[in-house]
Amino acid sequence: MAQNTKKLWIEHSLFLAVVLVAGLFLENAYYLQILTFIGINTLLALGLNMLMGYAGQVSLGHAAFYGIGAYTTAILSGTFGISPWLALVAATGAAVFIAFVVGLPTLKLSGYYLGMGTLGFGMIVNILFREWAPVTGGASGFVGIPPLAAGPVNFMSGRAYFFLVWGVVLAAILICRRILASRMGRALRSIHDGENASLAVGVNTHALKLQIFMFSAGLGAVAGFLYAHFVLFISPGSFGFMASVKMVTMVVIGGMASVWGALFGAALLTLLPEVLHGFAEYEMVVFGLILMGVMIFLPQGLTKGFMDLISKRRRRDHSRP
Amino acid sequence: MQELTQYLFSGITTGAIYAVIAVGLSMLYASTELINFAHGEFVMVGAMALVTLWVHLGLPLPVAILGAIALGCTIGLLFERFAIRTARSPQPIVLIIITVGASIFLRGLGMITWGKDPFGVPSFSSHDSIEILGAALVAQSFWIVGAAILLAGGIHFFLKQTLTGKAMVACAVNRKAAWLTGIPSETMAVLAFAISTGCGAVAGIFIAPITMSSYDMGTILGLKGFCAAMIGGIGSLWGAFAGGILLGVLESMGAGLISSGLKDAIAFILLLLILYIRPGGLFAAKEAKRF
Amino acid sequence: MTKRAIALLTAAVLCLLPASGLMAKSVYKIGGIFSSTGRASFLGDPEKKTMEMMVEQINAAGGIDGVMLEAVIYDSEGDPGKAVSAVNKLLYKDKVLAIVGPSTTPTTLAIVNFVERAQVPLISCAAGVKITSPVKPWVFKTAQSDLLAVAAVYQHMKNQGIETIGVLTVSNSFGESGKHQLLNQAKDFGLEVVQAESFGAKDTDMTAQLTKIKSQGPDAIVCWGTNPGPAVVAKNAKQLKIDIPLYQSHGVASPKFIELAGDAAEGTILPTGKILVTDLLDDSDAQKNILQSYEADFKAKYNSNVSGFGGYAYDAMNLLAAALKGSGGDKTKIRDTLEATRNHTGVTGEFNFSAQDHNGLSPQAFVMVEIQNSTWKLIH
Repeated sequence: MAQNTKKLWIEHSLFLAVVLVAGLFLENAYYLQILTFIGINTLLALGLNMLMGYAGQVSLGHAAFYGIGAYTTAILSGTFGISPWLALVAATGAAVFIAFVVGLPTLKLSGYYLGMGTLGFGMIVNILFREWAPVTGGASGFVGIPPLAAGPVNFMSGRAYFFLVWGVVLAAILICRRILASRMGRALRSIHDGENASLAVGVNTHALKLQIFMFSAGLGAVAGFLYAHFVLFISPGSFGFMASVKMVTMVVIGGMASVWGALFGAALLTLLPEVLHGFAEYEMVVFGLILMGVMIFLPQGLTKGFMDLISKRRRRDHSRP
Repeated sequence: MQELTQYLFSGITTGAIYAVIAVGLSMLYASTELINFAHGEFVMVGAMALVTLWVHLGLPLPVAILGAIALGCTIGLLFERFAIRTARSPQPIVLIIITVGASIFLRGLGMITWGKDPFGVPSFSSHDSIEILGAALVAQSFWIVGAAILLAGGIHFFLKQTLTGKAMVACAVNRKAAWLTGIPSETMAVLAFAISTGCGAVAGIFIAPITMSSYDMGTILGLKGFCAAMIGGIGSLWGAFAGGILLGVLESMGAGLISSGLKDAIAFILLLLILYIRPGGLFAAKEAKRF
Repeated sequence: MTKRAIALLTAAVLCLLPASGLMAKSVYKIGGIFSSTGRASFLGDPEKKTMEMMVEQINAAGGIDGVMLEAVIYDSEGDPGKAVSAVNKLLYKDKVLAIVGPSTTPTTLAIVNFVERAQVPLISCAAGVKITSPVKPWVFKTAQSDLLAVAAVYQHMKNQGIETIGVLTVSNSFGESGKHQLLNQAKDFGLEVVQAESFGAKDTDMTAQLTKIKSQGPDAIVCWGTNPGPAVVAKNAKQLKIDIPLYQSHGVASPKFIELAGDAAEGTILPTGKILVTDLLDDSDAQKNILQSYEADFKAKYNSNVSGFGGYAYDAMNLLAAALKGSGGDKTKIRDTLEATRNHTGVTGEFNFSAQDHNGLSPQAFVMVEIQNSTWKLIH
């Protein structure tokens, strides 16, 4: 056990070191910005990873919580002039509450039905963002989100925001690790491996699934908050079905049930459009092919998939005389 | 009162569009227990192929229709062979994402092949509107309702009464057992896909004169088609038909009587209600989950 | 162990990517962001083509003050998120002097804060009122505001003696902005909106909304959207035998609308930039020359018809080229020259910028046309 904890400490310290180096020494604002977006997407992927990878629940409407976080802070801090930090609390609270209300009946479903339920929920929330124009700005979007500030620090520069986002990501990773190491984490994994069995030993699976759903919604809302105060403009188009698909893709490609997998998936999916810029017309085709390809051949995700390939090769080499 | 009649009949027109899409979707589920999120793109393929064959190349209508259906079936076959069958791990979540990836892929292909403009297609028969009980309909509406009824009835008959159809359903219920009795399950899967995507193409062909066809028409139609299939009961052909008509009528009534802005939400609210209250759908058995 | 290594390696590789090189003084680098794919590609595609054509023309004529132009164009796909990453690439990686585009209002609004922070001039091709009102020092636009379009429509209605109207708009930013203007300006022209409905961009049937509007008995209906929705509305109106006048917006001012709506388009009245009816204009019209030369050049290079949308990029490029002259690549000088531009005859209209007006157009930027016998007819 101590060996495991030591390993975790090394991992987290290395992660912190890389973040610090990147943040302090990168000069180009463009790269800082991309890394900041990767950070925001990692938060989304982390939350969804806990839900899909560990609790085994599929969610095709998670962009709704991303949007709820963004719009809550936009409305509270933009329209009503409330301090964004208070708005953050409200945004997270709203998402968690809505997750509770929606999760209660929806998490009783399973398989395809759960996927459809979450999809329906996501679409309804998106339509609400679009139609409630006097409050949300409607299809044209919400203009006038104030930038963040905390005392003397003004979170407008690329560097300051980079550190803010990655600081939150590190905190989120630590929290996720904490949950997974705890009794709750073990119960979660038992649900993933076989729900009936865990029910049989007295695990309250429904309550657990609901709690993780609420947690992942909260993380999504925090990501939405960070996005809103970064771009200072939001519109319903960023929180629709395609955004939900992208989030699920991040988790699945990176590798479910893997915290670093979430980071990897988020990085890959943020960088892919940048790389595919050159393809212009073919971007959609390439994206679809990659998605299908990874799912067909490496359904456990790229990180685990490569690990398996490497270990298979190593085993083969070792077995040869 | 006259408005209500118009809402009703317009709703039946839109409903028939949803129905004809939902039938293909339900059919695939009935024979493979797979939900194809890319079904809407096959509708797009059918419609755009019709535009190319009938409008641009000037082929006679029956030839163009057959050509478009053939294209839909072929893509479906390739899809099954390369995307579904080769999948290492056929869990629902993996299959869902494969089909979502396929829908993005097909949409991208559609954009490259046909460009980004929308296209119109003439009605199959006359252009004038027909008056029934004070409501105005176009002739194409009847074509669509007719197609929906034929497809639903035809496939229902196929699955319940013919040997091949029954074999297909057997594969869905228990693949191993079916294989043990000598049913070639791989061929059945291929056939099921070809028929389902062919139905999708037929849907696209018949609705093209009413909708404007473009490479991105499939997304929202596919989603509404799902909702219709779920409402009626996924796996039930007549359920898909009824679900589609019901959804169309409720949407139209909602737009007319409540608010046109929130009309889109009706489909998804109904979906959630059905999932919570009667997940099997209105016309199917009450079992909640098959997984 | 290896899992962690891969994640960290990825991060390290990203950090080691060298920053972009210095800006070569021998080229003027300008950026473009257009929605060449995606929902708004009918806007972005002609705009991108026009910008590329103009850069070619300018360079063939020796560049600006002897310096060649280099255009770096990215596709926003109509997605504000992608527009943000595109603008940051242009600002910090490509280090451009000015940016033309984006094509839609949400994509423009998403990047406005970034160009203001970086102090780089932006000439947008989008119509939204919020882009230039309130005025932002570095943001300009060449598309006619929907404020003017609605005013043109309402003026025509007033002249026809119309008093009550029904409004039908698409639920996207274009339709929403139009709806806002339609509801706000009605009183100014003695009009009353008796019913306002909306429809989705990809909806297949609008008979319910039209029936609801018809039941309120207005004198005319105005539909505000971009293809293909308004074409379906026109067809549905014909189906329901609605015989009151149907007005459309400049969003359908293209031959595509007539193609999609067929004979249901007959009698439709709409405002449009003069580019749609170049041949019908009086020879004395100040814009006729530049319209004809744009049309000739575009057709020669791309073998397809011009559109008002490409015209926004044409005007933006001409304005930018004029501002680059004598600027020596100084962004502040470029911005100041733009703001001081007066009486610039463009394809979209005559531009008169000022510190309070970064759109520069007047109601004369629109003419009213009616579709008769499947072509456009100028009406007054």
